[in-house]
Amino acid sequence: MATDVKPQDTLHFSYQALRAYPGRTSLILLAMCIGVAAIILLTSLGEGARLYVIGQFQGLGSNLLLVMPGRSETSGAGVGLVGTTRDLTLEDALALQHSSAIKDVAPIIFGAAPVSYESLEREVSIMGSTPALLSARQLELAIGQPLPDTNPRVATAVCLLGETVWQELFPNRNALGEWVRIGAARFRVIGVLADKGQSLGSNLNDMVIIPVASARNLFNQPSLFQIVVTAHSQEQLGQAQQDIERILRQRHDGEEDVTVIRQDSLIGTFDNILGALTWALGGIAAVSLVVAGILIMNVMLVAVSQRKAEIGLLKALGAPTTQVLRLFLTEATLLAAAGGAIGLLLGLAGVFALNQAVPEFSAQPPLWALIASVLITFITGLLFGSIPARQAARLDPVAALSGR
Amino acid sequence: MSEAFIQLKDICRHFQVGDETVHALDHVTLDIQAGDYISVMGPSGSGKSTLLNMLGLLDQTDAGSYRFEGRELTTLAEEKRAQVRREKMGFIFQSFHLIPRLSAAENVELPLMLMGMPAAERKAKVNEALASLGLLERASHRPAQLSGGQQQRVAIARATILQAPLLLADEPTGNLDSHSSADVIHILEELNAQGITLIVVTHDTNIGQRARRKIRMVDGRIEQDGY
Repeated sequence: MATDVKPQDTLHFSYQALRAYPGRTSLILLAMCIGVAAIILLTSLGEGARLYVIGQFQGLGSNLLLVMPGRSETSGAGVGLVGTTRDLTLEDALALQHSSAIKDVAPIIFGAAPVSYESLEREVSIMGSTPALLSARQLELAIGQPLPDTNPRVATAVCLLGETVWQELFPNRNALGEWVRIGAARFRVIGVLADKGQSLGSNLNDMVIIPVASARNLFNQPSLFQIVVTAHSQEQLGQAQQDIERILRQRHDGEEDVTVIRQDSLIGTFDNILGALTWALGGIAAVSLVVAGILIMNVMLVAVSQRKAEIGLLKALGAPTTQVLRLFLTEATLLAAAGGAIGLLLGLAGVFALNQAVPEFSAQPPLWALIASVLITFITGLLFGSIPARQAARLDPVAALSGR
Repeated sequence: MSEAFIQLKDICRHFQVGDETVHALDHVTLDIQAGDYISVMGPSGSGKSTLLNMLGLLDQTDAGSYRFEGRELTTLAEEKRAQVRREKMGFIFQSFHLIPRLSAAENVELPLMLMGMPAAERKAKVNEALASLGLLERASHRPAQLSGGQQQRVAIARATILQAPLLLADEPTGNLDSHSSADVIHILEELNAQGITLIVVTHDTNIGQRARRKIRMVDGRIEQDGY
């Protein structure tokens, strides 16, 4: 004769028990679903931040290498400027063009100066470079022409305006061919950059680009801030880096006094850091699930003591200890499943709402967080549910029936 | 004559209450024949409920031998004891002990569910049991919607649905008015007439006197035992 309760009967019996105490059940469900939703929301935020930052880096252009003066003692992404021995010069930059792996070389002198047109004036960033900058940084012109592709050592009084600068200085007016004053010198506007938006914190719209030699004169600054280099392809990044280091070492009397940062290694580093951040956020949220588990345990312990008579009766009717244990574990598991499911929906709805509210930030829950939150829910449910269930199973039937 | 249905020999059960040891059962020896109708009476604390719980395997024994249908039960493990309770014994309690969230039918169904009977088979058996006790139209009622007498009838249906040969009733009329009491006792006696062995623990002399065999307990001992 079959002596075990059918699984569907166990499930139904537990479900009825949960239904009979709506206050208690909804309290536990609330705690569970807050925990799960918190895991999903927080990890989504972390993951969104990671994707955002990586997107920003990739917006800089692929196959990118940055050459900075100075050498950091530790290798990697640190931009250490300790012990600068020699400045980077325009000639250094031009020498890099000899490498076959290198596509664009854009020397950069960076500064800030007031830019004025008629009565309007605006303090903006000035970037001195060569025509190669546009292709290296993947910038596009809205109208006009790029910087003239002439000898970069010769200063030319022309400039490209960023979108914001153009709109501020020439509200609803044509700017091409007009002369603007930058610092003490006058420059003719030959082009306006297309809207590029934020890139890695610097606003490319609020900027003016002038030839590198003009910037050298303007800021009285013979050395370069950095050199932006692109390789022909992803595969040639390594070759390009080696060439840069070799060429500059030769030019700097055998001193390795520049730092070459590969964009892909930079991305990798940030990827790792922000990935760890997401894990940490998920871990913090998981603590709330454990708290929910303790709540389940407490509420179930109260339930066991309130339902002593019922447990005693089940034993009198011949339910073995294991059966009583199974009934209460099923209740805990049902609670965990329902709480997990509601939390999952709530969390995903929260992520959806977040993405609607902040469109440029695309938060999305990582798959591992979804799986982990459901797993943790079940584990806490079973773990903390098993203690009250054991207590129920161990009750002495005579004492339980008399409510003692 | 073959071995008795139930044989108790020198059964002892004592509890520690503070410094004092209470002998709830003090060397109780008793033979019960199948189909017997026994009332157990006695003052509070005389051990009559303990005797019933011990017979129903709800309570342990400290010493002695309990043979049931020729089988020694005192040495059984808990899982086996649960099986004997399920298959051989039915319980009637003073406070009915119906599960409040379940309907009358679902309460009656519990023993069938616990033995793993498929739902389709259970339905017919439950309806039959409810019908024989005149409860069919109350099948979907919750215990709170039933009178005391009706609740006790549901409990009787539950106790007898597996046709257990032994029915143990602990003050079955203790919470009932005289009309319902008479009704419940009538049902129990009818079951006994059909062959079930009935043991009733009661305070009520009128009910106790109805049994064929009347046992009187004092201080954990059987003081009087007669037909």
